[in-house]
Amino acid sequence: MTRRLAGPVLAVLLFCLAGCTAASGTDGADAAPGAAEGAPAEAGDPGLTGTLTVFAAASLTDVFTDLGQRLEEENPQLTVRFSFAGSSALATQLLQGAPADVFASADEAQMARAEDAGLVTDPEVFAENPLMLAVPPEDPAGVAPPEESGGIPGLAELIREDLTLAVCAPEVPCGAAAAEVLESAGLTDVPDTYEDDVRAVLTKVQLGEVDAGLVYLSDVHAATDTVLAYAFTEAARAVNRYPVAVVEDAANPAAARAFADLVLSDEGRTALADAGFLEP
Amino acid sequence: MSARREGAGVPVPLMVPAALGVVFLVLPVVGLLVSTPWAQLGPRLAEPGVGEALRLSVVSATLATAVSLVLGVPLAWVLARSRLRGRSVLRALVTVPLVLPPVVGGVALFLVLGRQGLVGQWLDAAFGLTIPFTTTAVVIAETFVAMPFLVISVEGALRAADARFEDAAATLGADRWTTFRRVTLPLVAPGIAAGAVLCWARALGEFGATITFAGNFPGTTQTMPLAVYLALQRDPDAAIVLSLVLLAVSLATLLLLRDRWLGRV
Amino acid sequence: MSLSAQVAVRRGALDLAVDLEVADGEVLAVLGPNGAGKSTLLRVLAGLLPPDGGRVVVDGAEVWDDVAAEVRVPAHARHLGMVFQDHLLFPHLSVTENVAFGLRTRGVRRADARAAAGEWLERVGIAELGDRRPGRLSGGQAQRAALARALVGDPALLLLDEPLSALDARTRLTVRAELRHHLAGYAGSTVLVTHDPVDAMALADRVVVVEDGRVVQAGTPADVSRHPRTDYVARLVGLALLPGTAAGSTVRLDGGGTVAVAEESTGPVFVAVRPESVALWLSRPDGSPRNVWPARLVSATPHGSTVRCELDGEVPVLADVTATAFAELGLAPGAAVWATVKASEVAVYAR
Repeated sequence: MTRRLAGPVLAVLLFCLAGCTAASGTDGADAAPGAAEGAPAEAGDPGLTGTLTVFAAASLTDVFTDLGQRLEEENPQLTVRFSFAGSSALATQLLQGAPADVFASADEAQMARAEDAGLVTDPEVFAENPLMLAVPPEDPAGVAPPEESGGIPGLAELIREDLTLAVCAPEVPCGAAAAEVLESAGLTDVPDTYEDDVRAVLTKVQLGEVDAGLVYLSDVHAATDTVLAYAFTEAARAVNRYPVAVVEDAANPAAARAFADLVLSDEGRTALADAGFLEP
Repeated sequence: MSARREGAGVPVPLMVPAALGVVFLVLPVVGLLVSTPWAQLGPRLAEPGVGEALRLSVVSATLATAVSLVLGVPLAWVLARSRLRGRSVLRALVTVPLVLPPVVGGVALFLVLGRQGLVGQWLDAAFGLTIPFTTTAVVIAETFVAMPFLVISVEGALRAADARFEDAAATLGADRWTTFRRVTLPLVAPGIAAGAVLCWARALGEFGATITFAGNFPGTTQTMPLAVYLALQRDPDAAIVLSLVLLAVSLATLLLLRDRWLGRV
Repeated sequence: MSLSAQVAVRRGALDLAVDLEVADGEVLAVLGPNGAGKSTLLRVLAGLLPPDGGRVVVDGAEVWDDVAAEVRVPAHARHLGMVFQDHLLFPHLSVTENVAFGLRTRGVRRADARAAAGEWLERVGIAELGDRRPGRLSGGQAQRAALARALVGDPALLLLDEPLSALDARTRLTVRAELRHHLAGYAGSTVLVTHDPVDAMALADRVVVVEDGRVVQAGTPADVSRHPRTDYVARLVGLALLPGTAAGSTVRLDGGGTVAVAEESTGPVFVAVRPESVALWLSRPDGSPRNVWPARLVSATPHGSTVRCELDGEVPVLADVTATAFAELGLAPGAAVWATVKASEVAVYAR
């Protein structure tokens, strides 16, 4: 099973990596200065201390956990704590006064809520994540495009109106993106359930309870064994851009800045790329 | 007069925690009322999604209660009256949904009734029936979570009821089924009513199992709690209004039923 | 409609083995202390409890229980009526519906069942209470309704489980007299379980005394009280119960003689004299007692430190005297004595 799947999924992923990167290379310059300033602390330096609290979108769970560990290794007296959840929920928590040092959102809209409230300034985009169509390994609805088809298919070529489709609720970033691609594909009536986060969509695809689901590229990257994934042209219209910002009244501003810089550095970009994110 | 005298006699070590308990339970509701955007209340309530979610919530909670009554009352009787072996094990199994996180309950329902599930697979193959993402799934999820409340309270009522009335009925020529219908059931009617209200309230507030097993689709599976949760992600004011509606409906229902059914308890 | 039962039940500390025979129209009282197994016996007869051994047969042919042959008729298929200690009227039904319940379960049409129920409520004297809920009846009214409910279907067997013990003393007198009247008119067999000897004496044709699950004595009430076979029976059923007609504070006995009583009443009554309240004298005593009767000592049976003396005369009573007094008086069967009782020591029951 695993072997049969790995081929097509990887092929699709690589295909999309190439396509999507080309489509969105403009923001790369913004991040470069930040990366230069925020070089990790040198050896001999007393380093960073205390506790760092990072609020980050659920899709960043694996890669941020890894980056957090690296920062802790370089600064033995620092403890990094994460709160991973839907970006909207995190933004709401921040607005309600939740204590955080760094906020990393899965879209700019949720970061804008925090910015409008004066909680953060100057967010910087560090990654992009386009939508993919995830399909259970059995592909019960026959979503897979014919072998001989050349370029990236449109979403309407992949899914029929009567299949069972899971997407994120429009209230959360992945749902806002899903609504946009469905609208441009003329398929707004197809979804059967609006899930509260992208992981719930992925789970339902993995369980085979839906025929297909719209999830992030980074999600299928981590689940190549259990889902098939296909790129589609409309995905380029709604690529989620991930901004990160230091919270204004951060309890540990030095560590917060260091973490944001690590995310924006070449080291961070490599880790993000390894996790399936695209460079902005 | 006598009630006042007893009230004055409550010992301080009981009075203080009791008062704190009341404050703890009532204060969040007060907070909800205080932060309600009253000026926007009218237009917000008129939004089409609100009525839809409310109607779906009330209908599905009522259906779940009906299913729980049909299955739960006989189950409670078996637990309270029969001499079946392994009854204590049975009781423990029946109350599992009480301690199970509802989200886990939703996943468990998938494993049985989902398209790939043990029973669901067969339903799909034989009848082309799929349950997830339908209103039926909402009712099933709510029933799964809420029925134990009914079973527990009806079983308690049955245990408290004097079984000798059933003996008396037997000496009057009533077989066990007749006795159940004409004596046992009316005797525990207040207990059943209380259990049904509890069950209904639990079903109305159900969130985890519903969003997991039934998904979230306006008009079909998006009940009030789901609408509240999602609204909270983007528009807390809308969430407060929705919560207020849910609160008003459940309070009104409880008061109404208390006067009609539970007043005699 | 006779009853013949051999019942064995072993359950925890209880080891019950009792044989009963009750003829048509006969009232059998099962008398014994709490925990003797009386109620268990009744539950077996009613079919509410399976016996561990024995047979229950009605009418000589209809087998309700036969443990050896594995026959067991369930309670609802036995044609019997039962009255419970605390009446157990269904609280959610009206009195009329309660009385009609047994008829309805046995297939009688609603209107007919209600009519028959109304008739029985009339007979027990609470016709006007038919629409009430049991919760709004007094104890006496409820027990009358329970009796009507048990008798309405004209059952083969009537089982009475401590039917009077939940009533207050005053109501008990009235209801006991009414019950006696209804039992006299009932053609089937009756088994009455009670721990109150007065109930047994006043209502039963025969008494069976059960102690620790065994019958220790059986016979007519008079027999049992005159010749108690054990100390327990002597203590329990010592009283003499004499029928008569009351007029104010004097009761003229049916067998001749008069008894002065403290409590005024009129009409047919029982007077009850407890043996320990009777004193014996060799010559007619002077002084206060208003009841002084000449009598002859028929028999004397020692029980512990007292001697139960059976007296014959106009007023046949029993007397318990201490062994010392018995010896000092030099009593022997055939001796002529005077018996005295204070009027306040004589109880009067309507009959």
